[in-house]
Amino acid sequence: MIEVRFHGRGGQGVVIASEVLAEAAFKMGFEVSAFPFFGVERRGAPVTAYARIDESPIRIKSSIYEPDYVVVLDSSLLRGVDVLEGLKTGGRVLINYPEASPLDGVPSGFKYYVIDATSIASAHGIGSQTAPIVNTAIMGGFAKICDKIDIEPILESIREIAPVKVEENVAAAREAFERTREVSL
Amino acid sequence: MVMTGNYASAYGAKLSRAEVIAAYPITPQTSIVEKLAEFVSSGELRAKFIPVESEHSAMAACVAAQTAGARTYTATSSHGLTLMHEVLMWASGARLPIVITNVSRAMAPPWSVWVDHMDSIAQRDTGWLQFFCQSDQEVLDTIIMAYKACESRSVMLPAMVIEDAFILSHTSEPVDVPDQELVDSFLPAYAPELKIEVGKAMGFGSLVKPDQYMEFRYKAMQGMEDARERILSVEKEFKHIFGREHGGLLERYRCDDAEVVLVAAGSVASTAKDVVDAMRAKGVRVGLARIRAFRPFPHQELRALGSKVDGLAVLDRSYTFGAAGAMFTEVKASMYSLQRKPAVKNYIAGLGGRDITPRTLEKILEDMLVVSKRGAEDEVEWVDVAGLPRRWR
Amino acid sequence: MTKGHKELPLTPVSDTPSTINLTGLWRVVRPVVDLSKCKKCTLCWKFCPDAAIELAEGEPHIDLQYCKGCGICSFECPAKCIVMVKEVGR
Ligand code: SF4
Ligand code: SF4
Repeated sequence: MIEVRFHGRGGQGVVIASEVLAEAAFKMGFEVSAFPFFGVERRGAPVTAYARIDESPIRIKSSIYEPDYVVVLDSSLLRGVDVLEGLKTGGRVLINYPEASPLDGVPSGFKYYVIDATSIASAHGIGSQTAPIVNTAIMGGFAKICDKIDIEPILESIREIAPVKVEENVAAAREAFERTREVSL
Repeated sequence: MVMTGNYASAYGAKLSRAEVIAAYPITPQTSIVEKLAEFVSSGELRAKFIPVESEHSAMAACVAAQTAGARTYTATSSHGLTLMHEVLMWASGARLPIVITNVSRAMAPPWSVWVDHMDSIAQRDTGWLQFFCQSDQEVLDTIIMAYKACESRSVMLPAMVIEDAFILSHTSEPVDVPDQELVDSFLPAYAPELKIEVGKAMGFGSLVKPDQYMEFRYKAMQGMEDARERILSVEKEFKHIFGREHGGLLERYRCDDAEVVLVAAGSVASTAKDVVDAMRAKGVRVGLARIRAFRPFPHQELRALGSKVDGLAVLDRSYTFGAAGAMFTEVKASMYSLQRKPAVKNYIAGLGGRDITPRTLEKILEDMLVVSKRGAEDEVEWVDVAGLPRRWR
Repeated sequence: MTKGHKELPLTPVSDTPSTINLTGLWRVVRPVVDLSKCKKCTLCWKFCPDAAIELAEGEPHIDLQYCKGCGICSFECPAKCIVMVKEVGR
């Protein structure tokens, strides 16, 4: 089983990101489960969501405490929220991070990947210029860092889930898939 | 499809062709009625959607419409369900097979929107059938099966399908949505013997004097007793058509040759199956009995199980003040007539959304293995409460 | 006659309307309307608990099959044109 935790802010589509992943994995024949941190949603507040992917039916309904992957939709959360809490040694972290800035001050023991999903989403006109919606772009990046998930089913599930600007969202995810890169510390 | 428990509820009501839906929104039930409102407005579901000003009115509208011969549905949660309480009694006394979803959530104060069974348990004496579900698929399937079982001539009582707040209501899982034609062949249109008819003067809900009141209550009791057999036969037929079953009144998982069995209801029972497998892999003989129907209560099934095991660890996700967990008191009462009684202990856990982890369940089963040999210090123990000495995680 | 549970319907339902109850038999005083003073305000009609008053062009006419003689119409009438008189010879 692989377990994924998503961090973002209310309004960024964190829960939808987890659902895009679940839908994509389901299309690939996996059993899936995706759930938000059971909170009260408020715009701007830190939001957490989770996903489980496995070959056999998923019966566990308890929360995820030791994820294999962490996806951070908003780099400002690196300060303030312990996004690495419980992450398995060697676990992978995908961060929406500004292209030009170097990623520093993060602990070793994990693999870090960055993608400037904000610029990509904004270039494709997703959300508003002040608040681009990055969930679809970052899921393109996830297909890059996760060996079990392919990009095509991710794009397919974005096509199904995106309420508006479907092809823009798909293009953003594809671009993010191509540009996601590992950061060596 | 991958969908949440709430959407599974909405699809269940849609596939059952509910004709009148009256609802008031409440966290975490809201997306059920939003989805149904969408189905109605798009024409996918031919139903009358009645927005009301309270849950009391929602149930009153369902009672009225069902009395007029319509199949009705509503959904609610916690304070909404308890506000319905009076009308829930009316629905069962009037023998109206209404089906609702209750997204089981804690009662305030302290204010909480998270899972807890107090709201549902508090309705146990209303004369409703109560089904606790463990997966989104079970939610969808149980709504369809509940209509069929409840609309049987011998039953004619309402049913509550219970989803754990967030753990099912907001968790997306693969759900098979059956074909409408298949559901139609399984569940025919609602055709009650008695209903309001235009142009025919009839009085419903009239005064009954002491010389006849007990007879009507006796009949309702018979309806609930007959529901036991009906739930099983309906599920058998469901399995024949749809290839799935969910365990009747009491689902037993790896209970054969078990020394100790965990008795639980709702989503935690699903997690417990993983725990049972892991402990069995280490050679520990444990099992799980999932109370799927709390009303009618599976006394016989539990007795058959209890006569073969050393201990039953009963997990309650609610607490009846001044007594114990409600599941526990029922289970213990069931054991009374047995010659060889198992040890029974009550574990109060997961109130107000407190996560019940596999480790906690393992510790409960380990504790019960000891209790079944040496007896319990306390018959009822609160699990994972800060400030108490015992560690459960 | 008390019926056994098997003879009863699932829930009490009567197939006879409540009009079979001739509540006029309960009456010991009878309302008498002086239509010459009536202002056609319809208050008596609204207040009658047995719906025993019918309006004909705004004027109240009391159906004595159902009027139970409670006197509410007389009490409410602003024109004081309904008086209650003792029933005799019934
Ligand atoms: S006396 Fe009472 S019952 Fe008779 S007409 Fe007046 S209000 Fe109605
Ligand atoms: S209340 Fe008096 S005045 Fe008014 S309609 Fe009746 S009888 Fe006439």
